Amino acid sequence: MTTETGRRSTVRDGIGESTIRPDGIPKLTGSFEYAQDLHAEGMLWGTTVRSPHPRARIVSIDIAPALAIGGVQAVLTQDDVPGRAMFGLEHPDQPVLAQDEVRYWGEPVAVVAAEDEDTARRAAAAVVVEYEELEPLVDPEEADRRGEVFRRLRIRRGDQDSAGPVVVEGYYEVGMQDQAPLGTEAGLAVPDGHGGVDLYATSQYVHADHEQVVASLGLRPDQVRSHPVGIGGAFGAREDLNLHIHLCMLALHTGRPVKMVYHRDESFTGHVHRHPARMWYRHEADTDGRLVRVEARLLLDGGAYASTTAAVLANASYFAVGPYRCDSVAVDGAGTRTNNPPCGAMRGFGAVQVCFAHESQMDRLAAAVGLDPLELRRRNALATGDRMSTTGQLIETPLPVTEVIDSLSAMPLFAAEPGDDPMALPGGSGLTTEAVHVRRGIGYALGLKNLGFSEGYDDYAQARVRLTADGVVIETAAIEVGQGLVNVLAQIARTVLGVSRAEVRHVDTSQIDSAGSTSASRQTQLSGGATHQAAVRLRERILVGHGGDHLDDAGVWSGDTLVTPMSQLVTESWEETATFRHPPTEKPDADGQGTMHADFAVAGHRAVVDVDPDLGLVRVVRIDTAQDVGRALNPESIRGQIEGGIMQGVGLAVMEELVLDQGRIRNATFTDYLLPTILDAPDVEALLIEQDGSWGPFGAKGVGEPPTISSTPAVASAIRAATGKELNRVPVRPQDIALSGDAV
Amino acid sequence: MIVSFRLNGAETSFRANHPVSLLDVLRDELALPGSKSACEQGECGSCSVILDGELVCACLVMAVDVEGSDVTTVEGIAPSGGLHPVQESLNRAGGVQCGFCTPGFVVAAADLFERNPRPSTAEIKEALAGNICRCTGYGAIVRAFERLAGREAP
Repeated sequence: MTTETGRRSTVRDGIGESTIRPDGIPKLTGSFEYAQDLHAEGMLWGTTVRSPHPRARIVSIDIAPALAIGGVQAVLTQDDVPGRAMFGLEHPDQPVLAQDEVRYWGEPVAVVAAEDEDTARRAAAAVVVEYEELEPLVDPEEADRRGEVFRRLRIRRGDQDSAGPVVVEGYYEVGMQDQAPLGTEAGLAVPDGHGGVDLYATSQYVHADHEQVVASLGLRPDQVRSHPVGIGGAFGAREDLNLHIHLCMLALHTGRPVKMVYHRDESFTGHVHRHPARMWYRHEADTDGRLVRVEARLLLDGGAYASTTAAVLANASYFAVGPYRCDSVAVDGAGTRTNNPPCGAMRGFGAVQVCFAHESQMDRLAAAVGLDPLELRRRNALATGDRMSTTGQLIETPLPVTEVIDSLSAMPLFAAEPGDDPMALPGGSGLTTEAVHVRRGIGYALGLKNLGFSEGYDDYAQARVRLTADGVVIETAAIEVGQGLVNVLAQIARTVLGVSRAEVRHVDTSQIDSAGSTSASRQTQLSGGATHQAAVRLRERILVGHGGDHLDDAGVWSGDTLVTPMSQLVTESWEETATFRHPPTEKPDADGQGTMHADFAVAGHRAVVDVDPDLGLVRVVRIDTAQDVGRALNPESIRGQIEGGIMQGVGLAVMEELVLDQGRIRNATFTDYLLPTILDAPDVEALLIEQDGSWGPFGAKGVGEPPTISSTPAVASAIRAATGKELNRVPVRPQDIALSGDAV
Repeated sequence: MIVSFRLNGAETSFRANHPVSLLDVLRDELALPGSKSACEQGECGSCSVILDGELVCACLVMAVDVEGSDVTTVEGIAPSGGLHPVQESLNRAGGVQCGFCTPGFVVAAADLFERNPRPSTAEIKEALAGNICRCTGYGAIVRAFERLAGREAP
């Protein structure tokens, strides 16, 4: 054994550092491989035949004209699905390919594989489908009346006869937002020559994909391997399957690799959207502004198939009051089934919709009792040790609502006047307004959301940590969607093991158990937790095995003596696999009561907007935010999540909406679905509120969703302040400002 | 027909058998997948390239029209073996998340700094207004180029 004495080293790029991401350079030089860029020798191109009707009976499908085109290798319909005909993330209710009836506009009816993409698309157009059109159900209130619902959730807490002297009622709507990730759905399926298949496709959750793909292919689990691949954003759009089973069916049928890439219009129909919502609220309070009772009725339209509507509705219902105390609550939520496009996960997951409503109500309540809007919120702020106003759950992890309010209140208010530079005025480069017409408004909002999966779901993540001659390797099936998991997991391993060289390797479903979904702001806590646990165990084993008390880049130390240098240590095999579970949760009782959530996070936003009320044009000038992050593992990454999340919240506030006409999307392009550009981006100032006590690694909380939740109502509030208009709907459109009545 | 042009400094040719965009030729025929296809209608800038000194969306250029032209893609922006300053600054500022828009921002920013080495914040934003990023909210991208321009926000 080599021994020497010397100084212990300090690990580089551990937690708390804003480390540079390892995939940055390949992404900057264009060499990073996305699902769109995959290629296999001899591969075919796949494409999809989609329904042109929101609801119709399929009378017949004639694939012969398509098969007659040279270069076409397969045209498959529902009759060709080898296994389970249906799929679904929570409930398998969605046909792999439509059989008797199509239930939404753009629903897949058949898939085609051909030698090249153009031929595949010509063949898809040549498939003759005879439809008998049926009357689509597109009104969620009518669906609710008819009992066409995926889930109803009834919450009753406290004395149902409580009443307060101050009453505020309101009706609110949220439009259908799209995740619009820059990379569209894409993938490659490669037959393995033994009846199985390797799938490389856009995903947030490869193990859930795997389970559904295996069922519909009728194969054994070990015959399908779902591989993590590079993806261009997700934001919830990639939790559900779209092209996955289709690709595998085509590959197995033809015996050749098959690639598919959705074009942008297909992407808009091919993934689920944020649920549009209608919400009726009644708040009752004392004259000093303390909440006495909150009643809400929530209607979220789930569209044609279940997707995650049940869970989104649950979130909307449980977070219907926001981060406030109230001992008398009644919430009735329903997620409807219609012939509109299916809705499912999008960043914020149900908490976004109700936040717009409860924060609008809190503003109106503040006005009714004559209080500053932040002071009203402070008087009602929920805290650790309180019970959730809706579910009655005891809040045991840190919940710094008051600290968020105080921090927001202490941040300097952006004071620069709208100048004469037309680029900085509402309408921007359109040169439509002048400073004299512009009114400034300021608005506040707070939002609350759960972290991780809820309602008794067995939510876990597995990670494997190895010490090798190349440094620490963390193996995981968790998906990097851009958020920076590749940094955070490596930082956690570095800090625990004291070794500066660490990298994350994404492995397929046959090589490791599930990491769960990259959603619900959960991977830093869950996959981070698994990485932490595996690294702690590995460190203990190494120290015990080598009689040391400290591990770092040099090797194993005992006191000031290096007992085993790293070069010698890594000649042995060091590997630990850990499965991390968050504290257990439970299903609700008949009154919607129980411990449904593992952890919570709160954030607050202050928006400063400039508005030309006559033209209805808005410029969001500035957003200040304070966010509960537990412990900041990578401050720059968190800032990236905050700024990016706020931009999506601002988008929902003033421009982003899928416009439907009898179930058809009328703006499924980037020309017509408006996305914020760099000229729409407000300056953002962010304060991170750090408190110990959460169960995430080093006390970390998830950070991805809170920025998107309360930024939308803060902007709406600021526009109301600037214009005096009621504005009960987001996105706020120019006509809503220029043509609507004043608030009463 | 055979189309010949200069691509990232090297003479290149391809066969155009049917109407196809420059973007599809770059990605599918010439093995340069760095230019990304995201909207196919010139709205998002993910496929930005420099065509005879001008910043264009490759999805809006008919491939046959580059005959005799000079095209630079994201793969040709950096000096060999290194990074272009705009790449370096984006990397350091945390301006990369999912990265799908990143090649377009790199090309558009390289074009900006070629024309104007010390752009103001307003000039940076105007030059990049044709590039959509869905992840970052643009904050880190603006900070990256303010630093590169020597105009770091106080």
